[in-house]
Amino acid sequence: MSQAVKTELEENYQQLIEIIDKHKGERGALIPVLHEAQELFGYLPLEVQEVISDGLGVPLTEVYGVVTFYSQFSLTKKGEYKIDVCLGTACYVRGSQAILDRILKELDIGIGDTTEDGIFTVNATRCIGACGLAPVLMINGEAYGRLVEDDIPGIIEKYKS
Amino acid sequence: MNFYRSQILICGGTGCQSSGSIELVNTLKKEFKKHGIENEIEIVVTGCFGLCELGPVVIVYPEGVFYSRVEVKDIPELVEEQFVKGRILKRLVYHESMDEDKVRSLTDVEFFKKQRRVALRNCGVINPECIDEYLAFDGYKALEKILFEMTPDDVIQIMKEAGLRGRGGAGFPVFMKWQFAKNAIGDEKYVVCNADEGDPGAFMDRSILEGDPHSVIEAMAIAGFAIGSNQGYIYVRAEYPIAVKRLCIAINQAKEYGILGKNIFGTDFSFDLDIRLGAGAFVCGEETALLNSVEGKRGTPRPKPPFPANKGLFAKPTILNNVETFANIPIIILKGPEWFAEIGTEKSHGTKVFALGGKTNNTGLVEIPMGTTLREIVYDIGGGIPNGKKFKAAQTGGPSGGCIPAEHLDTPIDYDSLQQIGSIMGSGGLIIMDEDNCMVDIARFFMDFIVDESCGKCTPCRVGTKRMLEMLERITQGKGEEGDIERLEHLAYEIRDASLCGLGQTAPNPVLSTIRYFRDEYEAHIRDKKCPAGVCQALLSYVILKDKCKACGICAKKCPVNCISGKPKTPYEIDQDQCIKCGTCMEACPFGAIIKA
Repeated sequence: MSQAVKTELEENYQQLIEIIDKHKGERGALIPVLHEAQELFGYLPLEVQEVISDGLGVPLTEVYGVVTFYSQFSLTKKGEYKIDVCLGTACYVRGSQAILDRILKELDIGIGDTTEDGIFTVNATRCIGACGLAPVLMINGEAYGRLVEDDIPGIIEKYKS
Repeated sequence: MNFYRSQILICGGTGCQSSGSIELVNTLKKEFKKHGIENEIEIVVTGCFGLCELGPVVIVYPEGVFYSRVEVKDIPELVEEQFVKGRILKRLVYHESMDEDKVRSLTDVEFFKKQRRVALRNCGVINPECIDEYLAFDGYKALEKILFEMTPDDVIQIMKEAGLRGRGGAGFPVFMKWQFAKNAIGDEKYVVCNADEGDPGAFMDRSILEGDPHSVIEAMAIAGFAIGSNQGYIYVRAEYPIAVKRLCIAINQAKEYGILGKNIFGTDFSFDLDIRLGAGAFVCGEETALLNSVEGKRGTPRPKPPFPANKGLFAKPTILNNVETFANIPIIILKGPEWFAEIGTEKSHGTKVFALGGKTNNTGLVEIPMGTTLREIVYDIGGGIPNGKKFKAAQTGGPSGGCIPAEHLDTPIDYDSLQQIGSIMGSGGLIIMDEDNCMVDIARFFMDFIVDESCGKCTPCRVGTKRMLEMLERITQGKGEEGDIERLEHLAYEIRDASLCGLGQTAPNPVLSTIRYFRDEYEAHIRDKKCPAGVCQALLSYVILKDKCKACGICAKKCPVNCISGKPKTPYEIDQDQCIKCGTCMEACPFGAIIKA
């Protein structure tokens, strides 16, 4: 276990146990617990999964199977700001691919990657339901709509400082 | 209860919130206070009005003035004019809702004229976070009615007479599902609401949950009574934070009022509801995969039979209906099945909500009676195609559906007509495409989506869709070969016939329907190595028009790979072998002398 993960786990251990206890005994408790644990840690390292497995009495293989099945659960740490570019159909036909390409170019990373300074993670997402404003991107839940490529540098700059 | 002289309705749906509607509310409060009128005017944050394109949308009653794209900086003037001086601020009024100096009723605005709001009846009308407003609009009266006046069989009979069919895509009759589940033997039964709206470009269910969550809760309780269930689950996408929040508020309010829980309205019927969040898997929209996910497992589908009505959630009899289906139910109970059956066509009753997106002037949420033609949706409600472009096709049903070309614009929209022309009703995504969209690229886009979302359980879907994607990618890259179209078709039929669940069985639809109607585009990509719409990068070339080129040299300076050369006074030329097709030169040319060919 890396030192960083160990410290994180120690700091939040009590809260994690509370989450597990709250849902224990509920049928289908695993996914709600994983959601809340990810909220707490920002991701779901194997060490956290082990605690959940013990706490809920669900085999670790099954926990890992669920974590890796759903795209919302992450095994790695994400950047401080998550840039989600919508590639839903409405956004796609209005040119969101070009928006995504520009962001990747500006930040010099690939899809799903985090910048070296740990500030940004870029993802292409499914429809976020703001199709009326296509093309749309979201940064930590804040939406930017009716985008053109040249809006990108300004938006990124806003979060850098 | 307070009385107000005026009400200002502000849309708090996801679309309008993205356009800044919550900041508007805060600024309004400050301005009202400044003028000392905060007790005279009520601010109501509602669900979606439907015209997301014009957001944030603001409506002022009693006049019914429709303001669009209101910004924070407009608020002081709006408050001063509208609420202090009592004059309409014409500058911000949506142009269609004014006739000379008179305000036109909302129902006369083109966008709303042909619509009929049944499932969306309360969206944009009430505050979704306040149960009293729902009650004031006959909320929970249908539940009361069935509990005191009907038997479960009566309720199912009403669904049968109304002819309500599932709005999630397949259009299965609601009464049949309910009847099967009622007849099934089990000590416990479950009602599940499928709110895992995964089709890219669809947001009908989200808008209902955000705008009128109580209607879904009421309908689930009604379903519980009909089949003999005391527990419901709403499975909703985690990507819909506002919807989840309002659902939680609504469920808690209903519990406080004794509408959910033990002995509802003092009867011996008890019903409780829980929310389960999805975690980002498209396949969980498939009913059996959804059930696995609610159980806390990987969301892979189960073989059918047994059907969920006999062996569903936790192996107990279960019904699953989607959000829009449920939203129709209370009003059917209240107004009667005959009322509902009169709306729509002979075989498809009622209305359908569509998320209209893509290349139309008005985008947003529309609810139309079944039988409305696509032309009416695109041109009357949607206001036509922007920039004078030509309509090319509409895509319904997302990755499981197909496209409808211009020749079928006059097809009435109902379950059977759409199926006949190779598309499906789907859950309600309706994406309009114009001449700038390449149909091969769209097919590739959907296949890419499917490959990503295939759960991997069965081979035809897991491997077959990947092979189809590879072929489509080759075609869009100009490496298509003679016979590719036939190979695609052949594989498509095998995947359709051999896949385990709905996702795989319908996955080839976008490819089959684009081949059916736009075979010439596939052929142009394969034989001529051309993309007629100018979308597929590898098949494009940028050309300098000799008669328009002024030999200024700007393009050559901007070209990142230095592949443009020329001499003063003679037209410049692009070295096609070196060109990376970035398009910089075309944007840079001040004379419009560079075109895509």
